[in-house]
Amino acid sequence: MEKEHPRHADLVDEKLVYWHFMAALIFMGASMLGGLLMSLQLLRINPLNGIELLSPGRWRMIHTNAIAYGFIANAFLGVLQWVVPRLTLRPCYNPRLPGLNLNLSWAIFWAWQLVVGATAVGILLGQAQALEWGETPVWIDPVAQLGLLLVAINYIPPIAKVEGPLYVSLWYFLSAFVWTFLTYAMGNFMPQYFVTGTAAGAVGGLFIHDLVGLFVTPLGWGLMYYFVPILLKKPIWSHGLSLVGFWGIAFFYPLQGIHHFLYTPIPMFLQYGAVISTIAVELVVATVIFNFHATLRGTTGALTTNLPIRWFYTGMFFYFLTCLQCAFQTTLTFQQLIHFSDWVVGHAHMVMFGVFAMWQLGMMTYLIPRLLKTPWYSQRLLEFHFWSSFIGIFVMAADLITLGVFQGLSWSSLMPWEHSVDISIPFWAIRAVAGVLMIFGYLAFMYNIVMTYLASRPSHQEAAVAAA
Amino acid sequence: MLESKAGVLFVAGIGFFALAFLSNALVPALMYRDLPELTVEQLVRNNGNLRFQFEDLARRFPDSFTKAYGKPPEGVGEREKWLDEKTQEALRAGHKVYVGEACWHCHSQFVRPVSNEDRRFGPVSKTEEYQNELQRPVLFGTRRVGPDLCREGGRRSNDWHAVHFFKPSTLSPGSPMPEYPWLFDGSPDKPNAKGLALMTYVQWLGSWLESYPYYEDYKAAPLPGDEPAKGANP
Repeated sequence: MEKEHPRHADLVDEKLVYWHFMAALIFMGASMLGGLLMSLQLLRINPLNGIELLSPGRWRMIHTNAIAYGFIANAFLGVLQWVVPRLTLRPCYNPRLPGLNLNLSWAIFWAWQLVVGATAVGILLGQAQALEWGETPVWIDPVAQLGLLLVAINYIPPIAKVEGPLYVSLWYFLSAFVWTFLTYAMGNFMPQYFVTGTAAGAVGGLFIHDLVGLFVTPLGWGLMYYFVPILLKKPIWSHGLSLVGFWGIAFFYPLQGIHHFLYTPIPMFLQYGAVISTIAVELVVATVIFNFHATLRGTTGALTTNLPIRWFYTGMFFYFLTCLQCAFQTTLTFQQLIHFSDWVVGHAHMVMFGVFAMWQLGMMTYLIPRLLKTPWYSQRLLEFHFWSSFIGIFVMAADLITLGVFQGLSWSSLMPWEHSVDISIPFWAIRAVAGVLMIFGYLAFMYNIVMTYLASRPSHQEAAVAAA
Repeated sequence: MLESKAGVLFVAGIGFFALAFLSNALVPALMYRDLPELTVEQLVRNNGNLRFQFEDLARRFPDSFTKAYGKPPEGVGEREKWLDEKTQEALRAGHKVYVGEACWHCHSQFVRPVSNEDRRFGPVSKTEEYQNELQRPVLFGTRRVGPDLCREGGRRSNDWHAVHFFKPSTLSPGSPMPEYPWLFDGSPDKPNAKGLALMTYVQWLGSWLESYPYYEDYKAAPLPGDEPAKGANP
């Protein structure tokens, strides 16, 4: 007896997916603007000089927080509204909230925009918390924590109702909802209220690391396990390797936080432990990358014809590079030279933009025409978006990583401090140009979305007919 | 277990997280539980270096100082208490400015035992130095566009800092550091309450060390109110 499957329209709130994407892209614009201003400041150009609320130090925090919580989190929440119900064949929990005239998914949407917006305002007013990637002012932290609880309450029930073994993506999603909640609670409250000094540093390192490793990474890979087989129309090459990947990352990733603070007064045996588990996770990552490339085998042509697949595999290429780099850069030998230098900044850009933003932009490229039920306005602009983003991030990361080595050498050779700044200027100039290239790609994408949106409106089509 | 909901939720989701939390966060916290966490009051008490710097601010910027903190009381005992309280107030406020302006994104606060850092900056950082209220969350830092600051106190005069915060390129040509005119009432010789607080905080960094440098000899000089300063340890 064939059980009838629920229809897509009953499962997915397409409007919500679309609005999460739009919010994400708006915050990406804010983040890119902040990055541009900061890169200009390093070149000693400040168009907003003397304006307290728009000081470069504050913009820099807007830059990182807008990309992490504004762009990446919004894009995940949106795409999960599409993926989780379709994969589990059950809608999100999503109860109607009495009194608010909203259901839970939309309430989360608005609450999240409020959290990110309030964070930006708080930071510009000078109320930041001294926690990297957690500069959210302390009075917003409980609200964000509540938001993450609601996210877990909304998305876990459809997964919990699945009978039998779960598909790979759902392992990643389920654990990510738990991890994100725990990570945020640990990172934002412990070093502020419960521990101090060196121990707070250990917690802070764990927080920075888990935010990438236990929030962004599992959601990102879960989505890759969902979209890649669908787009390539074939299953993942090896289910066994997916198991190795998930359980390896789940075990080793959280153990590495302290590698952000090597040579601090944190006990050495803990530093060694973090270094060893970092190298271990790189071996696990290699199995995941291998699995996906084995899946691609035989359909490599999709890289040229299928733009979302190209975004995804470019992201995986960068993922492999960053993880390989990690296995080396966390050793004490490398840290002597590169800690505190622009090497780390290059690495961070490669992870956040080169991997996760690339994946999410690929998902948007795939989903937006489906949400608007209209083909993309311009395929050429999409191509431009991809190539300018790819070249931009590649040049930026290569430039900053190289610069980090020179800075480290300048410092350890006891040259006057000014020397390390002087040698940085040409590299910082190249970085600014690479950033501008990425911004052009972003603008092309936004223009493309607006034109596609306009074409999707029936009234607009009628008006065009009437005008003709 | 490997593909079941319970396995993913309880073993990976909660179990592995708890294991990491235990080994990477609780172990250092427990190892250092016997090191007392100092309050700002304790940091200021008997810190002659810091007191000297604070009184120096009063001497160099008498109008600004009076505007920000008022005039010290007459009696010696009261004046001592008053100066202690104002130094605490300035230290806390300065820390807030330092964090809010994200100074810590470009200036670290720890000297590593490698890469000749002890020769450039001073003694290698120790755990005890971070066991205080102003290291919640800890300000190890993440990037050095500018130099490390945990041994910065006493290296330069308050005048230097005032001019530098107002317009860094005057003193460090080519510096990419932003200007902070909102810490002043129009010119570098008129720091406002925030500016004075930030200078107090920066001069505090490293003030607990034997090796705290003085850019000039300490001399007791009259404060606004014309009484000789007391309380600075020679």
